[in-house]
Amino acid sequence: MAEVLVYVDHVDGAVRKPTLELLTLARRIGEPVAVALGSGAENTAAALAEHGAVKVLTHDAAEYADYLVVPKVDALQAAYEAVSPAAVLVPSSAEGKEIAARLAVRIGSGIITDATDLEAGDEGPVATQSAFAASFTTKSRVAKGTPVITVKPNSAAVEAAPAAGAVEALAVAFSDKATGTKVTARTPRESTGRPELTEAAIVVSGGRGVNGAENFSIIENLADSLGAAVGASRAAVDAGWYPHTNQVGQTGKSVSPQLYIASGISGAIQHRAGMQTSKTIVAINKDAEAPIFDLVDYGVVGDLFDVVPQLTEEIKTRKG
Amino acid sequence: MSLRIVVTVKYVPDATGDRHFADDLTVDRDDVDGLLSELDEYAVEQALQIAEDADDAEITVLTVGPEDAKDALRKALSMGADKAIHVEDDDLHGTDAIGTSLVLAKAIEKAGFDLVVSGMASTDGTAGIVPALLAERLGVPQVTLLSEVSVEDGVVKGRRDGDSASEQLEASLPAVVSVTDQSGEARYPSFKGIMVAKKKPVQSWDLSDLDIEADEVGLGGSWTKVDSATERPARTAGTIVKDEGEGGKQLAEFLAGQKFI
Repeated sequence: MAEVLVYVDHVDGAVRKPTLELLTLARRIGEPVAVALGSGAENTAAALAEHGAVKVLTHDAAEYADYLVVPKVDALQAAYEAVSPAAVLVPSSAEGKEIAARLAVRIGSGIITDATDLEAGDEGPVATQSAFAASFTTKSRVAKGTPVITVKPNSAAVEAAPAAGAVEALAVAFSDKATGTKVTARTPRESTGRPELTEAAIVVSGGRGVNGAENFSIIENLADSLGAAVGASRAAVDAGWYPHTNQVGQTGKSVSPQLYIASGISGAIQHRAGMQTSKTIVAINKDAEAPIFDLVDYGVVGDLFDVVPQLTEEIKTRKG
Repeated sequence: MSLRIVVTVKYVPDATGDRHFADDLTVDRDDVDGLLSELDEYAVEQALQIAEDADDAEITVLTVGPEDAKDALRKALSMGADKAIHVEDDDLHGTDAIGTSLVLAKAIEKAGFDLVVSGMASTDGTAGIVPALLAERLGVPQVTLLSEVSVEDGVVKGRRDGDSASEQLEASLPAVVSVTDQSGEARYPSFKGIMVAKKKPVQSWDLSDLDIEADEVGLGGSWTKVDSATERPARTAGTIVKDEGEGGKQLAEFLAGQKFI
């Protein structure tokens, strides 16, 4: 069976959920061979084996942390040359897409980004993507070279499928260009204890209607009652009420959770671009004419300062 | 010595229009107005600020696209860019990201550059990979997804705000930079800027000017193939209730019914 390279997104050996989803999708088109780089790479092996990796190629060097992107491209290229895979799959993070793109040029291949599904086809893997603020669904494939495909979080349910997961050291020779962009300082983002926005099963977002940074606690309380991530519209971010890293929309993050709750968000096309593929959509807005209500499975026309706290209390009561 | 800045921009269909695909599954540009991609306005703005801080700098704005794409160049010129290059060729129709990066890289090399500035992504394709592709093809450092950028003494510095950390980056010129919508509000063209822009030079290059063969680009030469594009079925109308004191409880009931609680 053909081997499929899967690039592993991990934090000090803790594998992030989108990579486990990727292993599930990879098994549809071949045998997953995982590539884990940087600090703690070897510690990823158990989780990767549990989810279907037949082999785990690992390599650690200071270059991965000290320089931007290119050392990882060099390593993924080394893995590509060692394995000759039928496809290369990478999580669709900002960095993941950059790594995948540069690899594609190097190996003379086409690239598909932000796939939301993947299946085997007669002429190679077929990727589903959404286009134009999720108003269209396309099916595409790579026509030249070895398919390089990046896949969005929440594109598949994680399935366990124990495999050998034998750890092998990957030999990597860094290119001259690897040290071109130096990372001179790194400030880790403070953990909120909430799920990562792009990976969360439930996202609760606030917009212009929240009317002030101090009021975002209402949105956070609702999120916490549901174990959800917090999102914000561009209007709320531009007003300085919530960090840009939580922005949902065309210029922020694209989310596709099981449940999306929009509070005080009118639903401009730029916001819809980032959340329209959510499975169930709920909105709370004073304006009955707000375009967000065209998308919802359930909408409440009302003041979020009344509705959201009542909803939060009711959820807490029901959860006991 | 003059700092040569090339800003890559894209002419995109207006997101508020009725965007759809043409019969050949490329983006239909006939039925919807086009404009300079909003995310590229931030690139033009940062290029202008970098040029203002330099002793001597020249900004060339570059696009690959059909005849109408000149509108995007004019907008950038009216904001303050010095000159423009339009790569236009019938054989470019349907070119994908890898092909576009080839054309852009050849044009950037022909124009000459110390710094390339791009937006973080286009507002139509939204992949966000062209800046990295350009760095790879040009063989220069990528300093991408910056919310802050500055250039001094041949070194570009910037801040990249990622999911798990905020990083300070540094690279020697020449380099490729991309900036986010957090880099700073883009200026509006002044009336004077618009009038002056009409007299600024716009060069037109085609594939032969860049030594690119027709089969390396376009729909036929594309590295990817779109097999189908289907309009998402309209959502069935949801339940909408008016809050008369029990809106939160009613919503909780709905969420419980859907097994979210």
